[in-house]
Amino acid sequence: MILRIENVTKDFKVSHGPLARATHFTALKDVSLSVGKGESFGLVGESGSGKTTLTRLILQLDRVSSGRILFDGTDLASLSARDLRHLRSRIQIVFQDPYASLNPRMTVHDIISEPMEIHQDTLGLNARQRTDRVVELLELVGLGGQHLFRFPHEFSGGQRQRIGIARALAVRPEFLILDEPTSALDVSVQAQVLNLLHELQAKLGLTYFFISHDLGVIRYVCDRVALIYRGEIVEQGETERIFEAPESDYARLLLSAMPEPDPDRSPFRPPAASAG
Amino acid sequence: MALLEIRDLHLGMRSFEGEAHVLNGIHLTVERGEIWGIVGETGCGKSLTGLSISRLVSTPPGRYITGSISLEGRNLLTASEPEMQSLRGRRIGMIFQDPTTNLNPAFRVGEQIVDVALHAGGLDPSILGVGAKASRSERKKAARNLAIDMLAKVGIPKAGERIDDYPHQFSGGMRQRVLIAMALIGRPDLLIADEPTTALDVSVQAQILRLLYDLVQEHQLGVLLITHNLGVVAQICTHVAVMYAGNIIESGSVREVFKNPNHPYTTGLLASVPTAKMKRGELQGLPGSVPNLLAPPPGCRFAPRCAAVQPRCTAAIPPSVAVAAHHEVACVLAEPHASAAA
Repeated sequence: MILRIENVTKDFKVSHGPLARATHFTALKDVSLSVGKGESFGLVGESGSGKTTLTRLILQLDRVSSGRILFDGTDLASLSARDLRHLRSRIQIVFQDPYASLNPRMTVHDIISEPMEIHQDTLGLNARQRTDRVVELLELVGLGGQHLFRFPHEFSGGQRQRIGIARALAVRPEFLILDEPTSALDVSVQAQVLNLLHELQAKLGLTYFFISHDLGVIRYVCDRVALIYRGEIVEQGETERIFEAPESDYARLLLSAMPEPDPDRSPFRPPAASAG
Repeated sequence: MALLEIRDLHLGMRSFEGEAHVLNGIHLTVERGEIWGIVGETGCGKSLTGLSISRLVSTPPGRYITGSISLEGRNLLTASEPEMQSLRGRRIGMIFQDPTTNLNPAFRVGEQIVDVALHAGGLDPSILGVGAKASRSERKKAARNLAIDMLAKVGIPKAGERIDDYPHQFSGGMRQRVLIAMALIGRPDLLIADEPTTALDVSVQAQILRLLYDLVQEHQLGVLLITHNLGVVAQICTHVAVMYAGNIIESGSVREVFKNPNHPYTTGLLASVPTAKMKRGELQGLPGSVPNLLAPPPGCRFAPRCAAVQPRCTAAIPPSVAVAAHHEVACVLAEPHASAAA
């Protein structure tokens, strides 16, 4: 197991106005899950269910209120600032919106080489080597070195997401958090990006922590999946098992709400009426 | 007479680099009770088609080159602006994609809905249910009651209390319901819904679709549902038009088009959606990306990405052929109806 989340709870203090007494909001409640090395683990939940809070905890952008998060056996909370920075080179993230997550004033070269500069002590690459690595990464994600000095606005959504993936891979991580990586893309482009992620996983031996609310995509990509609802994990297990034989009411609800691209399986069209 | 009829609509859009031909001969007929899905990739012109109907494309930079859009026989492209204002919010309702940016954060949702109700009520007093001579305060009161009814109808619990809340006090799904209530309060004949569920969770999406479907059944609305979610189209739409780079390349009843896609683009789009039986890596995307509309490829605009491309594809834009009843395809490979039936 590369990532173990043990009984994690996260409370936020909420205060309504300066005079009101602060109350607590529990964003995550007793969450436990573990992700094996090299697998694709899916996290499904609706907005406000705690998906983002959980990723922020894994990345140590927030501290847990109770419980432990172990990455490769080390408790993240016990790490010094220096060790934590070192560890972050092993965990990277691809963001949802490729339009908002790339700095419009930086060239593709600068965007992708920035994490290599930050993790200079781990990687030990000089400027020239970094540029070579950027070209290599661009080719890896199917873009090519001719794009090196272009700006994000010159690229389509799918190409931008490839740049985002290249940036995440720059520091040779083992663990990639994919936060809705295709939800801002067209289906045709989504298919290209999903296939790219699949190839990269096979080539680089990556572990994916895949967050999505698109159950079709989750089923296609993930080995195991956890459903989170209002901060609690309601069901987790092998993807096929959950899709074929969901145990919780919430899983059944989600599956029944998932629109399938088959006119014959529409809840609005009784099969008899549509036969004509 | 058809509720909505778009004939050979061409729209140019001026930019610094020249004029892009963004709608390139749209033909579409929508009858009452029909839900038309308009699908296609980003930039194919589906939103511009919707905006053109309510004439919300500014001209310039837009320029209608030829064509007509008629709502029950009345040409909307030549209508005066006051005439259009009497249609928007009354005969034509619109729902936009993003519920967070389409409500004014500084006003209570009630005020925003009441505004629309008063506007529609000014055009058709029967909507408010008060006499033509009613005082302003009576009309306001009626509009407020109507707004509460409408909010309750779209599934907002305790509508009477929530009507005085501000938009930020509602969740995304609830805000979208407010927008739907606003679009429907003038009892429109035609509803244009531009990605109404894209920003929502699947369970909320299912509720909104159910709501839309029931409203169509009840009021016999004609609906144009602009989306890129093929699952949504398959579920709720009666008809579908697939757009590519400003053209409708395939259209017809949902069942016909989804079960028996004729155009290589439709086939590719349908194959891009992951299904239950697919193994990882099997998904087929469409290679390449949409063409630059400032310099579109000659002939069929899909030809550069098409796997079945032939020399004659680049000669001219292929005309639409009926391959079956209620099923038209604009592709050189499409076989006309007579031989298809054999």
